[in-house]
Amino acid sequence: MQLPLLLDLLVALLLVIGTAFALIGSWGLARLGTFFKRLHGPTKASTLGVGCVLVASMLFFTFRPGSSGVSLHELLITLFVFLTAPISAHLLVKAALVLDPGARPAPPKERGKATRA
Amino acid sequence: MIVATLLPFAIGAFTLALLLNLYRLLRGPGLADRILALDTLYINSLALLILVGIHFRTAVFFEAALVIAALGFVGTVALSKFVVRGDIVE
Repeated sequence: MQLPLLLDLLVALLLVIGTAFALIGSWGLARLGTFFKRLHGPTKASTLGVGCVLVASMLFFTFRPGSSGVSLHELLITLFVFLTAPISAHLLVKAALVLDPGARPAPPKERGKATRA
Repeated sequence: MIVATLLPFAIGAFTLALLLNLYRLLRGPGLADRILALDTLYINSLALLILVGIHFRTAVFFEAALVIAALGFVGTVALSKFVVRGDIVE
């Protein structure tokens, strides 16, 4: 039933960090001004928060008494979430640029054009 | 022991995060905002499921979390693709 104290502390720390990151990410999503600012919260903070929670769960289920070996389910989810979060963020930005073409920043001035040509 | 006392607060915090996402989902001025809110919603609900799994000390929620992760990503891709191309399967 009980974990060793050090592991308990480690799992608790990971849970606190993960929860804080996820909450800050969602708060940013609700609070920030434009879509491209709002994208920062979920894509970075929330993903890291969920990753921390999953690592905490992995430690908990691996080291709890009566566990049957290393618990690797969470690693699967962590890997999947960390692989797919940038892809979905990229697709979301593409969708936002299609919906509002004026949001696309101006291309940089081509200073080296004369020398290159 | 520390984990057991901490878990209800963590679950409460994730519920608050889900409510914030719901606020953006209902209010969000643009279509992209709503898709982003849905994306965050499924990520947070996945973490909430994992926390509930630790709380009840069962491993049955992993599969549910994995299915949510996979289908949520597919949903985000499909919605974004629909916005960009006007069609999902061309």
